[in-house]
Amino acid sequence: MGIALSLTENVLREGFVYALMAIGVFITYKILDFPDLSVDGTFPLGGVIAAALINAGADPWLTLLIAFAGGAAAGAVTGLLHVRLRITNLLSGILVMTALWSVNLIVAGGKAVVQFFNRPTIFSTGFGALVSASFYAQRKLIVAFVLVMALKLIVDLFLTTRHGLLLRACGNNAQFVVNLGKDPGTVKIVGLMIGNGCAALAGCVLAQISENADVNAGKGMVVMALAAVIIGTSLFERFGKFKGTTMAIFGAILYKAALQIALSLGLPPNYLKLLMAAVLTLALVSKEFGANERYVTGKEVTDEA
Amino acid sequence: MKLDAAVGTAPLVSLEHIYKRFNPRSVNETVLFQDFNFRIYPGQFVSIVGSNGSGKTTLLNLICGSVIEDSGNILIEGRKINGDPEYLRAARIGRVFQDPSKGTCADLSILENMALADRKGKTFGLFPGINRKRIDDYRAMLEQLRLGLEDKIHIPVGSLSGGQRQALAMLIATMTPIDLLVLDEHTAALDPKSSDTVMELTDQVVRSKGLTSIMVTHNLRYAVEYGNRLVMMHEGRAIIDAAGDAKAGYAIPDLLKIFNEISIECGN
Repeated sequence: MGIALSLTENVLREGFVYALMAIGVFITYKILDFPDLSVDGTFPLGGVIAAALINAGADPWLTLLIAFAGGAAAGAVTGLLHVRLRITNLLSGILVMTALWSVNLIVAGGKAVVQFFNRPTIFSTGFGALVSASFYAQRKLIVAFVLVMALKLIVDLFLTTRHGLLLRACGNNAQFVVNLGKDPGTVKIVGLMIGNGCAALAGCVLAQISENADVNAGKGMVVMALAAVIIGTSLFERFGKFKGTTMAIFGAILYKAALQIALSLGLPPNYLKLLMAAVLTLALVSKEFGANERYVTGKEVTDEA
Repeated sequence: MKLDAAVGTAPLVSLEHIYKRFNPRSVNETVLFQDFNFRIYPGQFVSIVGSNGSGKTTLLNLICGSVIEDSGNILIEGRKINGDPEYLRAARIGRVFQDPSKGTCADLSILENMALADRKGKTFGLFPGINRKRIDDYRAMLEQLRLGLEDKIHIPVGSLSGGQRQALAMLIATMTPIDLLVLDEHTAALDPKSSDTVMELTDQVVRSKGLTSIMVTHNLRYAVEYGNRLVMMHEGRAIIDAAGDAKAGYAIPDLLKIFNEISIECGN
């Protein structure tokens, strides 16, 4: 019983952390229809930023903001490559992901893993200290939950603003944005900045949970985040009006749970990435087959055109 | 040939010495415009007809900036706009496309579409996307379409019919003050009844707002019945350009006859 409980806690805690990234990928993939591979680089970027700053004595909560800004800067590069230099979306992501490998190593001071054991983290200072005082054992779970709810509320609020509406319009119909006198390229860049900022934020929080940052932590992050978003939306869309961010959080937790169950049933960890790819493939395929239920916009009238 | 309705006033839009070819330096090279000149004066509602490949839609694309000329000048109110990207020109141009899905956002509600259109050419920023004080105004505008859309403002535009979407696109394109309304075969993808409804709506909007408009159409009846200037394009030239009374002299059979003559000439 005790093991089951700790496994559940583990799934939820990691689910919340990856949900931070899934919310970002929800914006780039679901809203902007941009499969952004740079997330594989911005996730560990957040981690090494946390390690470097905490080891230098910075406030752990401040590292969250700086990690977000660092991720946003990398997202801006992806956007500029795609929008201004007209490189395809997949290649722009690959370029930034590859370049970030070096950047991450430089930030990490040349080491593949940077440890900061027993240094202050978001779980031991500020709001984390308050939580630790009464719920020491669950402090990481609670702080992660609060962070993901805060991010969700901010993103939900942003999506109801004028710029948020413009972002949704841009993924839907870029010509419409042009008609409004706005450059859809700029709108896309802003979306990619938010998406990658969220990914770096997730990496920053994960590093502080384990008290070390690993430049290899990004491998498979795109697959994980995409799977979370697609599983979340395809499973929960039919149950009425869930917000996209909520579905991304549910998806991240479900996905983590599925992996945890597979590992508990004795799947060797070496097979994990294989399983991750298989799950995403399944999710993508089931989405394709479910797609014909939705209305196909404008099709019935443009056939003769 | 130039029978301008408002001789003496400055043109709103001028295309001067336009050269445009497609697929340059390839076997498919087509020279469309060679020293093409065209002017639209304030208050004109220009209907453009012509066969496929005659340059009608390219003319609209050149004005809007979706296609860039090889050389020549494009001016709006005497100001050169050649270098301006499409989105900057769009701030003062309303455009309705042939494809009803282009003028609206399918996944956004009618209300969200209208709220966005309301900010056309202005800054966006982080203010609430929907200004609640404007909802009654939006409803009043939708009521004028007489399609019952005022009761459906929260449903996604993608679930409307093509005719309803195009009527909404028309409303959205003309919500804010614009210099020019560009109609790119905007009734071509609709069934005959919706097509008539949207055309009547167009005429109503153009008249009530006094909009200068340019409409490309394959429907000769619309070209003859609506607007106050008629242009027929052929191989990058305006072979008919009749405004005012001269336009009124053209009937559908006349246009059909000219069409047929051109076709024989081209060996079709």
